Amino acid sequence: MPGRDHEPLLISLKQAQEEHTCLTREVIIEISRSLGVPVSDVFGVASFYSFLSTKPRGRNIIRVCGSVPCYLKKSQMILESVADKLGIRPGETTTDGRFSVELTNCIGACDTAPAMLINDDVHGNLTPRKISRILKSYG
Amino acid sequence: MPQKRLVLTNCDVIDPRDIETHLERGGFRALARAQNAMTPDEVIEAVKASGLRGRGGAGFNCGTKWQLASKAEGDEKFLICNADEGEVGTFKDRFILAKDPFTLIEGMAIAAYAIGAKRAYIYLRAEYHHLLDLLNNALRQAGERGFLEHLDVRIVEGAGAYICGEESALMNSIEGRRGEARYRPPFPTTSGLWGSPTIINNVETLMNIPPIIAEGPQWFRDMGTSDSKGTKVFSVSGDVAKAGVYELVMGSPLRELVVDLAGASNVKMVQVGGAAGAIVPGHELDIPLSYETILGSGGVTVFDESRDVIDIVHRDLLFLAEESCGECTPCREGTEVMVEILGRLSKGDGGERDIAALKDLSEMMMLSSLCGLGQGAPIPVLDSLRHFRNEYEDRISKSMFLRTLPVARHTK
Repeated sequence: MPGRDHEPLLISLKQAQEEHTCLTREVIIEISRSLGVPVSDVFGVASFYSFLSTKPRGRNIIRVCGSVPCYLKKSQMILESVADKLGIRPGETTTDGRFSVELTNCIGACDTAPAMLINDDVHGNLTPRKISRILKSYG
Repeated sequence: MPQKRLVLTNCDVIDPRDIETHLERGGFRALARAQNAMTPDEVIEAVKASGLRGRGGAGFNCGTKWQLASKAEGDEKFLICNADEGEVGTFKDRFILAKDPFTLIEGMAIAAYAIGAKRAYIYLRAEYHHLLDLLNNALRQAGERGFLEHLDVRIVEGAGAYICGEESALMNSIEGRRGEARYRPPFPTTSGLWGSPTIINNVETLMNIPPIIAEGPQWFRDMGTSDSKGTKVFSVSGDVAKAGVYELVMGSPLRELVVDLAGASNVKMVQVGGAAGAIVPGHELDIPLSYETILGSGGVTVFDESRDVIDIVHRDLLFLAEESCGECTPCREGTEVMVEILGRLSKGDGGERDIAALKDLSEMMMLSSLCGLGQGAPIPVLDSLRHFRNEYEDRISKSMFLRTLPVARHTK
């Protein structure tokens, strides 16, 4: 039966990401050493979950939901509006490191579609006009 | 049948931050009854007799699951509450967690007592991090009142992976591994978390436990159909006037939910159970909602006449392909190939043989995928082919015609 040596891995990766903003090669090697878990396993977990990133991301992460209920409410327009306002494309980070934008799968806010997450906050019933005001509140 | 608030009885009535308001409504009396007046086996028998089945989508008999874990050999046993609600169009567990965390905790305490678990986990999806403080507060208050004397409940947060709602992938994730599905057998009830007997129950399933213990199994059995007892909580979204959470007695017609309650009109089709859910055409809305017919997780997405069926099914498969864990080939490759074919069909570049290929792929995936993701992915494909075959054929014949006109094809 599997041992429990991996148990702290996911939480360690999350903490490291908070500290270093992303899971660099060095961070992954360090976690591997401190937990005694193979580097391949640490990288395997780090690259599996969409909330973990091995590439640098902005201080605030915008995740615009693109799943069907939001798609029906024109989520594409919301994504374009966010990207336009920040001058970046989905998957990119602003040059000042303030925001990253991603398209994400269902965030469970379908009753207020179209919706997005900024960090841990849910913003629903979005219209392109609301976007600027929402973005302003994130430094 | 009208709405029936059994699971949602306390929602918007109590203050989810204050256990006092829950106790005033009879909260935790079922736990006291279970612990003081019933043996663990009697609790299991009551749940079994109620006919309660899993509300997460698979529909396994809850009491039977508990019995298997209870009888399994193991020094340590675990209970996991699956709060990794990732099914597209499903948000009822979010609603429940935000409005009545106490009944869930009571249900967990009863379940743990029944199977002899000293440790329980709530696996909360990363997207629901905004509920973490509320849940921790509820656990603390329940602990201070002495309701968790024999049980250590921990919240483990996911990190963004739909597949972790699948029970074996969920356990891998709690173990700190990639959320990949496991081969079964062994089943979690004999060899689950770290190889110990484990039961994994959906939030809504556990919400049903306190009322079953308080009111008795017969009261619960009196609601619903022959194989679907009690109520079901539905999440309704899409082309409706009033998107939201509704609770109905099992066996209620789909029409009552989407038309009468949610205010849908000009319904072309309804998808029930998320991206891999069944598709019901607009002229079959009288179908009852039950395990015998359609149910899944209770995610209900409504599409009006303006929607393009092939486009929607293509998007369903895009989601499933992206979220496939990649562990087994039929799902990893099958979903990708389906995306490619449906994309072609949707754009008007498809041919007759694409339909045959979709059917062959569907059969292969349903037979050989490791878990419900790959086994379920063909459902919307096959359902749309069954009910909207004409739309596929129209698109194909138009694209064949366009191909005979080189200019038209390039400007399309």
